[in-house]
Amino acid sequence: MNTTGVRATARIRARGDGRGGTSLPVLASDGPLALRRTRGSGGEAHVLLVGAMSGPLGGDHFTVRADAEPGARLRVGSAAATLALPGQHGGEARHDVRLTVADGAELHWLPEQLICARGCELRMSTEADLAPGARLVLREEQVLGRVGEQPGGLAGRLTLRIAGRTVLDQELACGAGAPGGWDGPAVLAGHRAAGQLLVAHPRFAEHPVAARALSETTVVLPLAGPAVLVTAVAPDALLLRRELDAALELLTTVSA
Amino acid sequence: MSRAALLVLADGRFPAGGHAHSGGAEAAVRAGRITGAASLEDFCRGRLTTSGLVAASLAAAAALGVDPGELDAAADARTPAPALRAAARKLGRQLLRAARATWPCGELDALAARFPTGAHQPVALGVVARAAGLDARDAAHCAAYESVSGPASATVRLLSLDPFDATGVLARLAPDLDHVAGQAVRAARTAAHEGADALPACSAPLLEIGAELHAARPVRLFAS
Repeated sequence: MNTTGVRATARIRARGDGRGGTSLPVLASDGPLALRRTRGSGGEAHVLLVGAMSGPLGGDHFTVRADAEPGARLRVGSAAATLALPGQHGGEARHDVRLTVADGAELHWLPEQLICARGCELRMSTEADLAPGARLVLREEQVLGRVGEQPGGLAGRLTLRIAGRTVLDQELACGAGAPGGWDGPAVLAGHRAAGQLLVAHPRFAEHPVAARALSETTVVLPLAGPAVLVTAVAPDALLLRRELDAALELLTTVSA
Repeated sequence: MSRAALLVLADGRFPAGGHAHSGGAEAAVRAGRITGAASLEDFCRGRLTTSGLVAASLAAAAALGVDPGELDAAADARTPAPALRAAARKLGRQLLRAARATWPCGELDALAARFPTGAHQPVALGVVARAAGLDARDAAHCAAYESVSGPASATVRLLSLDPFDATGVLARLAPDLDHVAGQAVRAARTAAHEGADALPACSAPLLEIGAELHAARPVRLFAS
């Protein structure tokens, strides 16, 4: 294991303040992971993840934890895209996201894109644990290389559990070092951006959303549980965001 | 174990209904992504190392005796596209029907009673392999091979591809098939101790996207 990298864990804890608002009893930055509370809206607290330095580089291990406790309405974004780069000493970089959402709480986890620069080796893992009455909107976007650049290696895993039951468990491996066929007709076929929009809402248990295609490369997939996944691929980050924004608007309307 | 039982189970003529499914090849042909032997091979390799590996791992774990209910839930979580979940359950039901006539036993009856609408096909395949006296590696090889043989034979019909070319694709994939089956067996052994979360969850975005586009089309040659 590479011991020269940076290890950092940032923590957010949000809870209802009992007056219709959301307080942040914990907002702990760590090293390159800086958290800022920004102006909220309604009863919702807004937090911005600000990259205080570039990363993750090879050998780094970043973790971000966010817990939305009862009554909380929390929205987390990031100030800029995350750029995964190779480190001076090489080796794998890790980026872990651990989210929990309590009954009646709501978390919007909407970071900017993850860009896999040439030579990076990033292992990304996102796990969301929801209580039965929790609400979640989560977006992840992977961009393979900067413009015209050969992408580094990415292995990502996205896991959603509701009431302890795994509703979604999905890995995506692409770029340098990924198993054969990752850029072929079954997986990405030359698209350089892939995205997932995950929406969980207790309302979906009784009013499931129907599967539908929003375009030739974007589909709405009701999962085997009260949650919906939008899967999309696109030629670039801008077109991907356009597709996911349209999907989010559609799903926000049906879950309102 | 009986080597001949493996041939019976893996035979494309085993009446389990697989011939009606293209494994996503029809959607990829329609989208212009499979146009000949080279792109078919690329498609098959991508399918093998993603949903093929997941299927082989589920089948191997079921053959080792991991609880089919736990594996079926793991298969659901690894199959976000409802069209693919429906196809997998339908194929699982058809496989079990054929297998109960071929290798009658209480374990297969119990599986059919537990999943009246069908278990995910790889889970059923693993339990069937057990009933046929086969081991986890055989089950993994069967599942891995099915993940590429279906698209290859479908493409022969869809593109009028030369059958010799399609078989050549499968032959060139043989080392990858062995590799994936080996990975699957190792993952299944871990899952037998640690639970189904230890199984691979590799996904292929265009297979999921293509499956839903395909399911919505009024005219199609293959069911999935």
